[in-house]
Amino acid sequence: MKFLKIFIIILLFTGFSQLRSDEKNNELKNKILKNIRCLICQGQSVYDSESDFAASIKLIVDRKINEGMKEESIYEFLRDKYGDWIIYDPKISKNTYVLWLLPLLLFFAGGAIILKKTNLKK
Amino acid sequence: MKKKFNLFIIIIFLSFSFVIFYKGLNNSNTYTPQIIDKKNIPIFKAKDFNSSAYVDSEKIFKEDIFYVVNIWASWCVPCRIEHPLLMELSKIQSLKLIGFNYRDNQINAKNFIIEFGNPYSKILIDNDGILAIEFGAYGVPETFVIDKNKKIIRKFVGPLNQEIVDEIKLIVK
Repeated sequence: MKFLKIFIIILLFTGFSQLRSDEKNNELKNKILKNIRCLICQGQSVYDSESDFAASIKLIVDRKINEGMKEESIYEFLRDKYGDWIIYDPKISKNTYVLWLLPLLLFFAGGAIILKKTNLKK
Repeated sequence: MKKKFNLFIIIIFLSFSFVIFYKGLNNSNTYTPQIIDKKNIPIFKAKDFNSSAYVDSEKIFKEDIFYVVNIWASWCVPCRIEHPLLMELSKIQSLKLIGFNYRDNQINAKNFIIEFGNPYSKILIDNDGILAIEFGAYGVPETFVIDKNKKIIRKFVGPLNQEIVDEIKLIVK
């Protein structure tokens, strides 16, 4: 009887931990899919798209997560196949540095103008 | 003097914006991934169309020749248009065509091959589109040229035309 109780507790515990890891994987999968651009229906993420391409990407991401691949490695895999464009959140590279630096430059330029104007008023 | 300087800055800014937007008008609004570096062909295992047995990519591309990988489907209209050109390419001795049957019904695919001819030395089944993704494709038809070093050297999105076929002939010559 005691043995049966222990056995049921272990069974429940492993069942729950399996559920938890599935939930975690699902969260990660959705996060990744929302950050991948659908190349067929541009302007939509793979997560939102129902195209054949999106269906294949969903499958491959799921497979890579189950293989234990990390989020960044999955992005790297897709970048290698389709270029930076496929990821909504691009890395800083020679093609994207303007995209990253322009807001900063505009921020500093705007700040400088405001500072100058307020100094002039004083 | 200050007014003139401000006007000058505004004109420069407007001209800069005009040039950027004007250039953007001529650009296509759909993105096509380009092949910048020659990439090695991916390693994969796929189901053979005729025997239904699994084959390794290393065995498929084992010969010291050029290969053309063509992604096709019986439901794809542009694939019908390019098919005669694939038949033309299949006559070249120094070249082998490998077909990826993309998300297709096998009976329809077999009928397609019977009706239009088989240019492929091997056809692999790609029911879930994973093979196409491994090659960096996103639809049908797409064609890849693989050199003797097993590197993807050219990629053509959309149906082949005579110009592309002539280019492939020049590459494999």
